[in-house]
Amino acid sequence: MVVDLLADDARADLVFNALADPTRRDIVRRAMRGEHSVSDLAGNYAMSFAAVQKHVAVLQRAGLVTKEQRGRAQLVHTDIDAIRAATLLLDRFEELWRARLDQFDGALAD
Amino acid sequence: MTVTDVEKNAEALTMKITSEYDAPVERCWQLWADPRQLERWWGPPTYPATFVEHELAPGCFATYFMTGPDGDRSHGWWRIVSVEAPRSLELEDGFGDEPGNAGGMPMTRMSVHLTERPDGGTRMTIESTFPSREAMEQLISMGMDQGMQEALSQIEAVLAGT
Repeated sequence: MVVDLLADDARADLVFNALADPTRRDIVRRAMRGEHSVSDLAGNYAMSFAAVQKHVAVLQRAGLVTKEQRGRAQLVHTDIDAIRAATLLLDRFEELWRARLDQFDGALAD
Repeated sequence: MTVTDVEKNAEALTMKITSEYDAPVERCWQLWADPRQLERWWGPPTYPATFVEHELAPGCFATYFMTGPDGDRSHGWWRIVSVEAPRSLELEDGFGDEPGNAGGMPMTRMSVHLTERPDGGTRMTIESTFPSREAMEQLISMGMDQGMQEALSQIEAVLAGT
């Protein structure tokens, strides 16, 4: 799962907006415990399948869950460890170096 | 922005960052070779670096400390692997006040290359390699700013709630 949670402000907005909704937080929690199909998830909430599908799409865009087509089912899963995954760390490392190279450029000018 | 390319490989745990400057190779090299100029950019603005030792020769160490807003110091070191002035520098980059990893802290392998552009400017590539994902996590979180740590713990708190 490729996540770059919080790598930049735009990404952070997506993440925090995605988690600002109680249904979406519940979906993430369930997905953290195992794979669920979108229709299974929909059974937990008093809303339409389409509405749940929309919530899943918001979480997907934020990089908080992934959706996989298996047979006829769409399986939603996540891994909280992904927040600390290599991709995120490398994004942080990139930020560190970008800031450092900005300073390099500044020092060069003197 | 001077950065022209960033390649990250989450499996090999490497990052290669390429940047370009109008200044010639020799001038860019000085920013690595002269500790007083190096200090001007190595540490973040809130934690400026002071190099104590600095000898760019194979097997030699450079040692430095970064001073925080409250006067707190964090130590770091480089062990020079190879040097080819003014074009390349390879080193091990570690934290802690025991150069050479005596303290068992993880380190990064760093490889710097300066090449001349046709217009007389410089292209600089810096490739960093982490020994393991655990080491990467430890090293980067040490350099991680407070805001990011807060944001991450906020997310975890939100998800841990019922």
